[in-house]
Amino acid sequence: MLPSPFEFDRPSTIEDAIRGVGESGDGMFYSGGTELLLAMKMRVIHTDRLVDIKGIFGLDRICLNEANDIEIGARCTHAKIASDPVIREHVPALSSLCANVANIRVRSVGTIGGNLCFGEPHADPPTLLAALNARLVLIGRDGTRVVPADDFIRSELETIREPDELLTLVVLPCPNGPVTYRRFQHGERPSVNVAMAWSIDAGKATIKGARVRVGALGSRPQPLKLVEDALRGLPVREVRPAIEAVLTTALDELEVNEDRHGGADYKRHLAGVLLLRSVEEAISVGGGA
Amino acid sequence: MTHMLPISFWLNGQVIALNVPTHTLLIDLIRDKLGLKGTKRSCDMEVCGACTVLLDGEPISSCTTLAVDIDQREITTIEGVTPPDGLSRVQKAFVLHGGLQCGFCTPGFIMAVTALLKATPHPTDEEIRHYLHGNLCRCTGYTKIFEAVKSLASEQASENAI
Repeated sequence: MLPSPFEFDRPSTIEDAIRGVGESGDGMFYSGGTELLLAMKMRVIHTDRLVDIKGIFGLDRICLNEANDIEIGARCTHAKIASDPVIREHVPALSSLCANVANIRVRSVGTIGGNLCFGEPHADPPTLLAALNARLVLIGRDGTRVVPADDFIRSELETIREPDELLTLVVLPCPNGPVTYRRFQHGERPSVNVAMAWSIDAGKATIKGARVRVGALGSRPQPLKLVEDALRGLPVREVRPAIEAVLTTALDELEVNEDRHGGADYKRHLAGVLLLRSVEEAISVGGGA
Repeated sequence: MTHMLPISFWLNGQVIALNVPTHTLLIDLIRDKLGLKGTKRSCDMEVCGACTVLLDGEPISSCTTLAVDIDQREITTIEGVTPPDGLSRVQKAFVLHGGLQCGFCTPGFIMAVTALLKATPHPTDEEIRHYLHGNLCRCTGYTKIFEAVKSLASEQASENAI
């Protein structure tokens, strides 16, 4: 099916792009279109103007900055992130995630920023970015704001971004411990996913802190707070029994949507299995003392 | 109201310049406007791979790509990888190994495999499965397709010309 007609702008600066969307009744930023065009073809989303951000210099850069944070331009494709040497070296779990989003065609053009801005609950990147404590840079008419990835997605297909605010950058603190991402899926989108990031002391014997996020099973990625509390300050060798002691209660606290991916009990079960496998992985790749 | 934009691009090595409505999809431009019917529409949602074409050498779903987005770029379709006097080495391998039955998914598979072998001339079994994961075939059960690609993957580098 064809989308409805629209104007098509190709600005070369962030300012022009923001102005282009703002002056339109319901203009939208556009890059890969892998989510947006599907919705437009189904006539679920209408727009009278698409503002193509692919011609804006600098939105596809990846680098390690002076503060030892990793910067990923919002219009980096999944394929680019998957093969980037900086990401491979510092966050291999993110390389691997991006190398497995949907399929090769989606990865060629689909972007990490587009994925986040769509707020699709059954998505890969939001869960891991939340676990990594990523910050998102939004530029609008009134200036720039930086928001934690945890707060960005409000609910299903809903984010805190204003329509004429452009997501320009994803900033990750460089991890100092094992990072894992695991998912279970029937089709191309994750049914349930679990991301975990530990910070480890210099001797690799104790977990200083842990961020654990479960995604896809509810409307947005959610923290497993009881698990995080149990892991804080814990010797690595005591991790498994500590998690098993709180896991059932922690999973019960999650908001779960029953959908075509499965019922609530099933999804909670999957999350628990994925978490325990992630723990084994974390211990073997970097947390083992 | 219809919005039109001029675009110019290379299609299978030929320069084409025309005006398109902004909401035209690449698959419709290729099939209906330009008459190249080898590219197939199937799922219409980027899942099946039947509409795969190459954009600057990378596989994309033409069903969910705007025609205005190929301005100044290079598109290759199944017609563009088929020599005038026969079949490409990828196509020959599919025939030889029985990698098709009804043939509807085949143009998409040929495009994806062509891109794979260009990027990775000797892919491992795992690389083949990973790359072709997003192309669906409802006839072959994939084994014959896999064997066809594997036969190409193990060919010597000197035989790699299409």
